[in-house]
Amino acid sequence: MDIKDLYRDVILDHNRRPRNFGPLEPADVSVEGFNPLCGDRLTLRLRMADGKIADIRFDGQGCAISTASASLMTEAVKGLTRSQALALFDRVHRLLTDEAACPDDLGKLAALSGIREFPARVKCASLCWHTLASALHSTAAGALPAVSTE
Amino acid sequence: MNSVAARDQRSSFDVQAVRREFPVLQRLVHGKPLAYLDNGASAQRPNAVIDAVDDYERHHHANIHRGVHTLSQEATALYEGARDRLVRFINARSRHEVVFVRGTTEAINLVAQSFARPLLKTGDEVLITHLEHHANIVPWQIVCEQTGAKLRIVPMDSSGEVHVESVEALLGPRTRLFACAHVSNALGTVLPVRRLIAAAKARGIVTLIDGAQAVAHTAVDVQELGCDFYAFSGHKMFAPTGIGVLYGREALLERMPPWQGGGDMILTVSFEKTTYNALPYKFEAGTPNISGAIGLGAAVEFLRSLDLQAAHAHEHALLEHATRTLSGLEHLRIIGTASAKASLISFVVAGAHPHDLGTILDQDGIAIRTGHHCAMPVMDFFKVPATARASFAFYNTFEEIDRLAAAIARARAIFT
Repeated sequence: MDIKDLYRDVILDHNRRPRNFGPLEPADVSVEGFNPLCGDRLTLRLRMADGKIADIRFDGQGCAISTASASLMTEAVKGLTRSQALALFDRVHRLLTDEAACPDDLGKLAALSGIREFPARVKCASLCWHTLASALHSTAAGALPAVSTE
Repeated sequence: MNSVAARDQRSSFDVQAVRREFPVLQRLVHGKPLAYLDNGASAQRPNAVIDAVDDYERHHHANIHRGVHTLSQEATALYEGARDRLVRFINARSRHEVVFVRGTTEAINLVAQSFARPLLKTGDEVLITHLEHHANIVPWQIVCEQTGAKLRIVPMDSSGEVHVESVEALLGPRTRLFACAHVSNALGTVLPVRRLIAAAKARGIVTLIDGAQAVAHTAVDVQELGCDFYAFSGHKMFAPTGIGVLYGREALLERMPPWQGGGDMILTVSFEKTTYNALPYKFEAGTPNISGAIGLGAAVEFLRSLDLQAAHAHEHALLEHATRTLSGLEHLRIIGTASAKASLISFVVAGAHPHDLGTILDQDGIAIRTGHHCAMPVMDFFKVPATARASFAFYNTFEEIDRLAAAIARARAIFT
């Protein structure tokens, strides 16, 4: 287990310069994610068009893993339909928790695979994805629940 | 041994000899010697504690306070012997004043529910400070909600100190209880508890001190302090988890109704009426954590076997060394700079989130705490989401602090 497996260059880069960071006006949905264990907090805002994620931005504060994961996620899901994005969440979740999961064809998200060696940090990486899932469900159902990884 | 050698031995603290008493300190973490700097969360166990629990489990276990057979009598003697050690350790007046509980949290909840709840009326006030651990906030919020009383908060200053005048300003005619930490777990601040207690007492206000972070680092004499209640946990003073003590002044404990009902806390039970047992058993319903109490008693004996003054002086030297060394790191800010501090340092490093720091330091075998330290109002006050915290015990070394500083510098380099 090497610390560089966790803090790969892609992650360090997205932590230093998070993409799609800041407010989104106007947004169709805004959901807050909170990890009470560590205090990580992020707000995710989405604009939907034709059943697809037309735009997505986030802000908040968190560790390098949570910031980079959110940044990578916003890049990866832009343009996806609701069900495509949820399917990607499933794959990323498996990548974070399952030794056997294969990161091939996940593009830059493959950089998250080192996190499974550090179980205490999986929640940091998955907070934004849980928040996204909640946002997508709420655009479908109309409710806006807050998300907590605890 | 000649008298000079004897004096040297007393006056100098042999940290290596003490380290040999703690088996876990010999282990490696990720191939590096463990530097255990998370004593504020839980301290490690010496052989004396491990052996006492082991001996009890192997040779003496039975239920206590019932049964005339040998094992039950031995277990009872060990359990009550541990209580006697604790009575001496905190200088309580009698065994009636030392109640075994699960820990500080349970002790405070007991006082909130059994002492405060019957007493508080709408408009009454409970006073705490801004730097409290959640365990000394939430039980009071609950009882205030139950009774219509108001929870009031004494402010702290930007160094993390609570001033006597700030407390006095809020001790009013409706204040029924004042509760505060002896030592802040998030900042290390040592509160001027003696003067705070005196100020409350002068107005006839009952006091509770949360001693969780204090008992391992300073001699506690409850009679000298003059508090009505003092709560602490075993595992922060080298004993097992799940055992702690509520000290209460006998006159108050006597008046309080039991907190939980069950076995051991009664004298007689019929379906019409139950007579409660005497102190402290009235508050110890059910079979207690017998092995934990025995371990706690052993921890007290272990501490008494040390030159505690020298041990505390060593901890203070560690704090000074750490403060000096960490202050020298660029981009590091120490959170909590009170003039009187126990041996812990909270800090943030610009560009490196506490959780990333914690993970990277762990790879170097260094254990620190990261997060909000169950003191979210403190984090809000200093406008940080979390801090990293290194907390020292007398078995820590200067070298471990140097390793900490070097690892922080390496960690920051990763992120910039």
